[in-house]
Amino acid sequence: MNAETSTTMTDTPGTTARAVQDAMRPPVDIFEDAEGITLEADMPGVSKDRLHVQVDANTLLIEGEVQIDLPDTAEAVYADVRSTRWRRSFTLSNELEADKIDASLRDGVLRLRIPKHPQQRPRRIEVRATG
Amino acid sequence: MFGTFTGLQGNLFDQLDRLQRELDDTFGLWPQAAELRSPGWGSWPPINIGATPERVDVYLFAPGLDAAELDISIQQNLLTIAGQRRIERAGEQRWYRSERHTGEFRRTVTLPEDVDPERVDATYRDGVLHVSVHRRESAQPRRITVS
Repeated sequence: MNAETSTTMTDTPGTTARAVQDAMRPPVDIFEDAEGITLEADMPGVSKDRLHVQVDANTLLIEGEVQIDLPDTAEAVYADVRSTRWRRSFTLSNELEADKIDASLRDGVLRLRIPKHPQQRPRRIEVRATG
Repeated sequence: MFGTFTGLQGNLFDQLDRLQRELDDTFGLWPQAAELRSPGWGSWPPINIGATPERVDVYLFAPGLDAAELDISIQQNLLTIAGQRRIERAGEQRWYRSERHTGEFRRTVTLPEDVDPERVDATYRDGVLHVSVHRRESAQPRRITVS
């Protein structure tokens, strides 16, 4: 599982089939403005070194491992969260600059800013008055 | 055969779309089977509770909060955590998905009866609120030495 923390843009994620199956899907907000698309994902319990954001061809993968300091001897009394992994993927369209994604993580919220190619941004056409 | 598919195509994609939405609704956030006494899937934030003889640990998976605005109270063995997360979705942007919880929340947890309401620690890290409540000494297993 050493590929988990890798930041390479081409490797396939180093997760086992079981880990993928058990992973939870983080809820996301996605919105677009003239310059690009913003994605915000709730991934509570994930620290920066356990977060993995990867673009492979046109697929964006976000993945993170939950770590909470629970004593080894603790007995689980109740659990809404039954997995220790968040994972979700998205398809990127061509007008987005996948190699210029900006990622930040704060208090368990991942924020990705995916810019559009400059030539693909809407341009305002000035209409000159004549006469 | 192809003719049939062509004729159904729009309809088929509608169905796939609907199926996807249903799957999202049913399994989207927490893909596990629901327990009878667990609150509905709409409840936010999700909670995990672990217990040792010394203390009870409650974890609230609530990312993106201002920890200073959290209202945590304990009355005997009833722990209540309330707060709010405001996400502004107005503006010029075009929204595609808005799945993240926004607004006020309150969750109440019944702890074992031997917890000590005077000895509670709370920390907020990586979007997880961890409330640790100590249990009374009398409830802990004691080693008895044979003299």
